[in-house]
Amino acid sequence: MLSTIYALLFYVATILIVVGVALKVRKYAVTPAPLKIPTTPAPITTGGVVLRMLREVIFFESLFKSNKWIWLFGWTFHMALWLVIIRHLRYTIPGTTPFWLDFLQPFGKYAGFAMVLGLAGLWARRFLVDRVRYISSPSDHLILALLLAIGLSGLTMKFVAHTDILAVKAFMSGLWTFQINRLPTDPFILIHLALVITLMIVFPISKLLHAPGVFFSPSRNQVDNPREQRHIAPWAAELEK
Amino acid sequence: MADGDTQVPQLDDPLQIPCIKPGAMEGLQPFLASPEHNKALGFPEELVPDWKEKALAKMAELAEKNRAFQVYLDICVKCGACTDKCHYFLGTADPKNMPVARQDLLRSVYRRYFTFAGKYFPWLVGARDLTKEVLDEWYSYYHQCSECRRCSVFCPYGIDTAEITMAARDILDAVGYGMKYSNEIIGKVHDVGNNLGLNPKALRATLEDLEEDIEDETGVTVRIPIDEQGADILLVTPSADFFAEPHIDGLIGYAKVFHQAGVSWTLSSYASEAANFGLFIGNYENMRLVSQRIRKAAKDLGVKRIIFGECGHAWRVAYSFLNTLAGPWDFLDPNYPVPQHILEFTWNEIQQGNLTFDKSQNDHMTLTFHDSCNVARGSRMGDMPGGQFEIPRNVIKAVCNNYVDMDRDTTHESTLCCGGGGGLLTDDLMDLRIKGASPRMTALQQTTEEHGVTHLAAICAICKTQFSKVMPKYGYDMDSIVSVHQLVSNAIILDGQETEEDATA
Ligand code: HEM
Ligand code: SF4
Ligand code: SF4
Repeated sequence: MLSTIYALLFYVATILIVVGVALKVRKYAVTPAPLKIPTTPAPITTGGVVLRMLREVIFFESLFKSNKWIWLFGWTFHMALWLVIIRHLRYTIPGTTPFWLDFLQPFGKYAGFAMVLGLAGLWARRFLVDRVRYISSPSDHLILALLLAIGLSGLTMKFVAHTDILAVKAFMSGLWTFQINRLPTDPFILIHLALVITLMIVFPISKLLHAPGVFFSPSRNQVDNPREQRHIAPWAAELEK
Repeated sequence: MADGDTQVPQLDDPLQIPCIKPGAMEGLQPFLASPEHNKALGFPEELVPDWKEKALAKMAELAEKNRAFQVYLDICVKCGACTDKCHYFLGTADPKNMPVARQDLLRSVYRRYFTFAGKYFPWLVGARDLTKEVLDEWYSYYHQCSECRRCSVFCPYGIDTAEITMAARDILDAVGYGMKYSNEIIGKVHDVGNNLGLNPKALRATLEDLEEDIEDETGVTVRIPIDEQGADILLVTPSADFFAEPHIDGLIGYAKVFHQAGVSWTLSSYASEAANFGLFIGNYENMRLVSQRIRKAAKDLGVKRIIFGECGHAWRVAYSFLNTLAGPWDFLDPNYPVPQHILEFTWNEIQQGNLTFDKSQNDHMTLTFHDSCNVARGSRMGDMPGGQFEIPRNVIKAVCNNYVDMDRDTTHESTLCCGGGGGLLTDDLMDLRIKGASPRMTALQQTTEEHGVTHLAAICAICKTQFSKVMPKYGYDMDSIVSVHQLVSNAIILDGQETEEDATA
């Protein structure tokens, strides 16, 4: 019974996050940027823009220039998050895992701690720095609480109260083929998965949209070549008729 | 508030972060535009009765038409990295002058009416209804942003509060709640051709006087032509260059450089203004109409090239937007970029060895350079990214012996606004202008203490006016601000010019 509810929730959450993000991405993609507004100095070639974007999403370059503490906590959290996500593939793809995934296991294991520490640092700033306290809404606290709870419940299962991981794997990988296998019922796995489902659902209706959104930011993704190439939005071209 | 009442902030360091003081600048508002001014720009004459619906409709329209607006409203994570980057926050400590908080004034309303979370859980995401108080708060704080883009440099996603401010002002104008200063000036450009409302006759007389001054000073006839058919170069320059100090000395500098380079050039009385305040009010249509005047002037005069004089936001509109707003420029000479900056021209002539200088003419000054925000973060000069920083410095160093830079955290792309940009250069905002200038002034004071800097050079008409007004509050003479081409003008040796050596030899 519980297994069925969780399975259904996973399907619903997957549809919501995929469709929700796709709709938003389509909106960003079709909305024109009427003017050339890269924050200069900006790259003057497309290749340069790709590099600028990569530096932003891999190293958080602008954030590094901006604030070393936020960078330290934020970058640690995000990089750890990716490792953790990759590590989780092991529990979600059916069958034996490819060797590179096995190779990453030990790193992923400790990334969980890095992720929690990064999140704790970010959350602390929301209380300790008067400027950041001022701009924080309840949702800004809650999203950190949510991620932290996901991380802590996960670490608890890894290091304190082990769950039946083989059963979890059977359950998760069964979902791909619409097979509902039995999910263990110890509290930590139920909490952990419920929180992940919540995260998936809020993703497309929250500031988590920064992940796809950053690629559409005109101040970062435009080439600085306005004198060489005329740039005009379709609605602005209408004005010329 | 009269400027005499302003508490001039005392900072130990240009970027010293204050503790927040909620409400510190509450209620500061520029004068409202009069009905005639609004009408002339195609806006409702005064606040319309159904302003709420109209404002929300405009917001929806902008989200459809402008990706930056849409994306920036959605993706801010409230990380706080921008909170200490705005000179108005550093100077006033009002938390609503922190870039993200300024965006939130509008984002909170966007969330309430256009997002799932804000519609059903407003308290959770800080969403709020659009009320008259909110509208007034917009009017106040969106006129405490100089659209300088400093915040955008430091945001991990490049979120540019200037884009939000422009959108907010566009919304305010759409409901008949625009500001006097900008709207009145744009009206003058539409009517007369320049911000000052100088008519062609007065302009011609002014230029003739200037020609006489140059001849008296140098013994050489240097022309400042206007409306000359068939000239090669159209010079478009801010109208402040025609009469304000130190701007006018810059204009003399351009004329001398053109003279010495031996090119034919002209001003236009129809397009006698480089400034484009359509940018400040975020209104594409007005910005386009103002730009179209330049296209018409270039066609009517049959020029081959367009060069812009020293003006910050004008150069942003020219460099980044002119091709969009008034192009394509296929009728001009394809061997030159359209448009060019006067500094690109002068630097090129210097590199070719076409100009000779007596640098000692500037020896009574020790200089530093103020990167104007719109040039630094919204445009480029030359072929390489960052040319907008190198070329002005190269020119200054070519004509002056004593030059030092200010703290690197306050120059180049991290430059601090003069405090008067973005349509705030009006006496009704003097309190804000003085406070907003304090980070820049503090960086300048440091160079004065450490290196004996006496003068600040700039390439923006607004910066120059703002500094000549606020520098006295910070212990400098009002003529401590100079035009870059004023320095060129001081040092350049024209063919046939009587130099001091000639006189003594
Ligand atoms: C392309 C992928 C992503 C990029 C480039 C990115 C980048 C950033 C940056 C630069 C920040 C600001 C610094 C900070 O506070 O950490 C941030 C904040 C944040 N990110 Fe991401 N992110 C990405 C994906 C994600 C994902 C997948 C999640 C969660 C599922 C996430 C959750 C968050 C949260 C919760 C914050 C706010 C932290 C706070 O409250 O201070 N991000 N992100
Ligand atoms: S730096 Fe950018 S993402 Fe961070 S709070 Fe400011 S605007 Fe938002
Ligand atoms: S654009 Fe400039 S003035 Fe406006 S909020 Fe950003 S830093 Fe402040």
